[in-house]
Amino acid sequence: MSQMNTLLEVSGVSVSFDGFKAINNLSFQIGPAELRAVIGPNGAGKTTFMDIVTGKTRPDEGRVLFGEKSVSLLAMSEAKIAQAGVGRKFQKPTVFEEQSVHENLMMALKAPRVWWSVLTFRPEAPDMARVQELADQVGLRDQLDRIAGELSHGQKQWLEIGMLLAQEPRLLLVDEPAAGMTPEEREHTTDLLVEAAKTRAVVVVEHDMEFVRRLNCKVTVLHEGSVLAEGGLDHVTANPDVIDVYLGR
Amino acid sequence: MRKSFIGQNPSILIFLLCLAAFTLAVSLLAEGFGIGVLSTSFIKTLGKTLCLCLVAIAMDLIWGYCGILSLGHFAFFGLGGYMIGMWLMYARTEIIVQNALAQGDIPPTAQEVIDGIGSQIFGVVGSSDFPVIWVFADSLVLQLLLVLVVPGVLALVFGWLAFRSRVAGVYLSILTQAMTLALALYLFQNDSGLRGNNGLSGLQNLPGVTAPQSVVSMWFFWASALALGAGYLVSAWVISGKFGSVIRGIRDNEARVRFLGYPVETFKLMLFTLTAMIAAIAGALYYPQAGIINPAEIAPIASIYLAVWVAIGGRGRLYGAVLGAAFVSLVSTWFTGGQAPDINLGFYTVQWVDWWQVILGISFVLVTLFAPKGIGGLFDLLKRESRS
Amino acid sequence: MSKFLHACRILICGVFVLLAQAALAQDDTAPDPQPGQLGPLQTVLQQDAALIAKASRTTIGPIIDAIVASELPSVPHFLSAWQNKDVWQRAEDGLFFVATKADGKTYRLLDLDTGTEVGTAAKDELDQLKPNSGVRGLIATALVQFQLSDPNRDTRVEALVAIERRPGPDLLTPLRASIPAEPDAELKARKTRIERLLTMAYDADPAARIDAIEAMSTDLGVDVRAALNPLVATQRQVAQTLPEDINLARELTPGSEDLSRDAAYVMLVDAGLAPPHQSAAELKSQLSQHIDAGRVGGVPVAQLSNPEARVTAYAALAAAGVVPQLVTEADVDAALASHVFFESYAEKDPAVTAAANAALATIATRVGVNQALDLGLDAISLASIYFLAAIGLAITFGLMGVINMAHGEFIMMGAYTGYVVQQVIPNHTVSILVAIPLAFAVTFAAGVAMERLVIRHLYHRPLETLLATFGISIALQQLAKNIFGTQARPLTSPGWLDGALVMNDVLAISYIRIAIFVLALIFLGLFLFLMKRTRLGLETRAVTQNPRMAASMGINPGRVNMLTFGLGSGIAGIAGVAIGLYAKVTSELGADYIVQSFMTVVVGGVGNIWGALLGATMIGSLQKGIEWLNPSNTLAAQTYMIIFIIIFIQFRPRGIIALKGRAAGD
Repeated sequence: MSQMNTLLEVSGVSVSFDGFKAINNLSFQIGPAELRAVIGPNGAGKTTFMDIVTGKTRPDEGRVLFGEKSVSLLAMSEAKIAQAGVGRKFQKPTVFEEQSVHENLMMALKAPRVWWSVLTFRPEAPDMARVQELADQVGLRDQLDRIAGELSHGQKQWLEIGMLLAQEPRLLLVDEPAAGMTPEEREHTTDLLVEAAKTRAVVVVEHDMEFVRRLNCKVTVLHEGSVLAEGGLDHVTANPDVIDVYLGR
Repeated sequence: MRKSFIGQNPSILIFLLCLAAFTLAVSLLAEGFGIGVLSTSFIKTLGKTLCLCLVAIAMDLIWGYCGILSLGHFAFFGLGGYMIGMWLMYARTEIIVQNALAQGDIPPTAQEVIDGIGSQIFGVVGSSDFPVIWVFADSLVLQLLLVLVVPGVLALVFGWLAFRSRVAGVYLSILTQAMTLALALYLFQNDSGLRGNNGLSGLQNLPGVTAPQSVVSMWFFWASALALGAGYLVSAWVISGKFGSVIRGIRDNEARVRFLGYPVETFKLMLFTLTAMIAAIAGALYYPQAGIINPAEIAPIASIYLAVWVAIGGRGRLYGAVLGAAFVSLVSTWFTGGQAPDINLGFYTVQWVDWWQVILGISFVLVTLFAPKGIGGLFDLLKRESRS
Repeated sequence: MSKFLHACRILICGVFVLLAQAALAQDDTAPDPQPGQLGPLQTVLQQDAALIAKASRTTIGPIIDAIVASELPSVPHFLSAWQNKDVWQRAEDGLFFVATKADGKTYRLLDLDTGTEVGTAAKDELDQLKPNSGVRGLIATALVQFQLSDPNRDTRVEALVAIERRPGPDLLTPLRASIPAEPDAELKARKTRIERLLTMAYDADPAARIDAIEAMSTDLGVDVRAALNPLVATQRQVAQTLPEDINLARELTPGSEDLSRDAAYVMLVDAGLAPPHQSAAELKSQLSQHIDAGRVGGVPVAQLSNPEARVTAYAALAAAGVVPQLVTEADVDAALASHVFFESYAEKDPAVTAAANAALATIATRVGVNQALDLGLDAISLASIYFLAAIGLAITFGLMGVINMAHGEFIMMGAYTGYVVQQVIPNHTVSILVAIPLAFAVTFAAGVAMERLVIRHLYHRPLETLLATFGISIALQQLAKNIFGTQARPLTSPGWLDGALVMNDVLAISYIRIAIFVLALIFLGLFLFLMKRTRLGLETRAVTQNPRMAASMGINPGRVNMLTFGLGSGIAGIAGVAIGLYAKVTSELGADYIVQSFMTVVVGGVGNIWGALLGATMIGSLQKGIEWLNPSNTLAAQTYMIIFIIIFIQFRPRGIIALKGRAAGD
């Protein structure tokens, strides 16, 4: 029964770089429609955790299972994992700066990814409508024909989130979405993520406690590559270990 | 109502119109069918230039659009030339041998004809047996197919190996250069089956065609123009849609494309193979006009020149590649062909044959440093001028 | 080669002068023969005067033996004079003299026994003895035994050389006789060795031969193999039945790998045991000679493009008796089946051939081992060269990540610097010592200039760096061509680097390769010292790992980059001098090495000097290994090597020594 409530299950995962254990026996679970914040000090292994789930880094040991059928992600390539429904947003906004917002979104739109389908793909009315809708959602309606490189930092972040949503992933991994944003932009971003989490799992890695508080969700605290505490924000911030890690030493 | 990809990008239409006008003008001025202002050898130079423009388009697709600086596309170009050269040489020698043997009292057997062709073609490398690779040489259709298949398969195998192991950037460039060098060295051997450093020659003569070269050269010129137009159109179509978006995405941020779920390696491989085949077609049209192909043509430096043309013309735009190839190769021909007047400085006579390479090298550094957009960048400036 | 020949000539002349002196010295002791009375040698000669005057190879042997058997002191002098066509016969009395030209047409006659002048004679009174080359050979052989015991060491050496050049059965006895009395230890050893070799081939006693063969079976000398090989020389033969009286090497089956069907039939034809097989061309020419009113043997000429029709026509001609019968394939098979084909040894004694074969096999194994060693040494020297060419790249590409396609041209500049220095300083040792620092200075300056003017602006745009430096590369190449021309310029190594360290007849290492190897080692040490022990090395490593952090620590990254790049380029210049000594200096020198150099660095693992070393070793030994497997074709070796590297990179994309983890970056 627990399978029904678990979209991603990471268990007993470890990985080390040149002897340094970046992830140490980490276990993590998230349901199919859940918003989760992952916090932790620098070097806690947040980015490496995302690298493992998205296939960029292969762990030395452990399991990563995804979906109802609990397929292992470890043997799959990055592209296959993405096709299976895992979307990732990088810390720095990474959009295709030489291409228009429209092209960026169209590329991300859920559609067959094999090369011949891509080659013969010509957008139909529903595709155009979907792009329009996504642009509305992330607040880039008037920017569709602009080159992505000309957008402001916040707009790029939104475009990237829009691209993620266009992929229609079942699991969204978001790395520090609010970094470098103005307060208004942060608010908009929060709304986007909360909205997205209604239909899918969203994992937000964030430094900023204020932002995490606004997300109002379960929090997982990472420290030295493993889970230190898990629960509501108030619960974990009251945890002496967490206080120790964040404030002590 | 969506506009067709040509409608979205009017530069395609402009280019095709210019090409058509150019072809028409050359036809009217040529010896073969026009008033004879342009000599046959100049027509051949123009026809060859069109082929170089086509291979430059292939280079632009793979480098300018996908960011893979391949130093191997001229090898595919040469391979295409070799494939068609095999048929041209075989068929022409067959006619010569048939005629020679018909002089005898007794009609020749099929084996005698084949032996005759063999010793005609391979006598120069001290052999008279046909190597296995010539098995299809008597068939134009099969050999035309090989023009696509051989470079295509080579590109597929090499690309698969290279992309699979995620060799990228300069490493890939060096690896493609190594591939080119290996191929050239292989062809230099006498027992490579392709006549070692003698190469294939006499390719300007179409077997069984009695028309003079002034006419044949026009046929090839038109074929080259047609191939360039078609190649341009196909390339423009390939890059116009989502496929174009993806490969430009691969150029700018490969990891991001991967996380969008696109199998990056396959896309690279397909584009690599496609461009290799375009290069091969260009080569198959080029070498009958050049008349001879030998392994020196394939040397790594040729592929680097190809990159130079594209860079000077302007990467990431198809007409830039065409402009660069046409401009640099024609100027190159002019300087190295001895037509350019020497400059006497009193204490030293500047002979362009000797100094052209130096100028090319330095101008290449300057373009890379100061005009990364190449000649094509000028059009951007013009556009901006007209807009403001 | 010609120098060597010249030396031989001088040596030979010297020998004869000495011989003549020896003969003269004997004059003092020998009693003067009475005038009118014949000297003892003359007496001997007169017994066979006619045969001596018209000497032929077939008849002269016993006569020479008789002359030698007389044991007269003047025999050697006479024989050498005879050999040199200095002996003349006086027509009037048939006496022999050594004659020297006095003037014009007269000759001075010297008595054979005393060497004193006995008069003069006009040329037309004399007949010169002109022994042909076969006779001269026999004379030389006879002379050898005197020379072998000659008091003069050079003469004895000369005699040994003569034996080595023309070994023969009759030399064995005099050689053996001369060994016990040989005073010179070195010559004694040499004589003993030659005696063994001669015993192997010519001793009458098979047991002695086998002993000698076995004793020499551990020797790697070329002379041993040269002596053994004739013993196992075989001859291909065909016969109806296998003869009894031969020393059979093996039987051959027609159609096997060793004897093709066609070759077997040709043997039959040559032996007169079968009629010739008409080739297709012969068939055709026969047919064309018998065209009769548009038909050949009843077959219309137009149909003769069919091979079967040709056979029919020929058969018709044969039936009419115009041409010989056609030999069909069945005829060939039948003829082959009814004969035996075999190889027999020229040497009749099977025990000797068996021993010789065994000895050759033992030697082949030892030669193989030594050749493997030689190959290994070859590989090491090639690896040293690749390492030298690549070490600069290991700095600029490996450490700094700058693709410098003009690296090869820096190597070329170094080599040309060496060449120019040699034009100014003729002493090769001094000029090389000057050239090395100068080449470093020149290419260091070029590298710094290039870094400041071009590369600095292109950091983080590696593909553009590649193209820009390529532009510099073609410009530099053409400049070199304009200045120095297209032909190769020599860079001569000092005299003390000529020659080779010879281990045995198989194994030899030229000193220049040893020098390059040592140079490579020095550079490795220098590099390690610079990187690990100096301020520049520390700063370089800091800047390559984290330029911003380095900058905040007070290091000027621009300056460090400039110096590091200059250093890498400077080392390329020195490598150029070394490579120039080994190869010809041309404007394409660098281009020949650039791909291999990059391969070396990539295969070895970027950013690690040990990687470059391993990469060079691997590529060098690989290339030599492939060349060994396919010695005729160095081009193919390079092709296969590159293919191998492409495949190798599949399995170790980061090279042999890979930096792991986050430090490697992506």
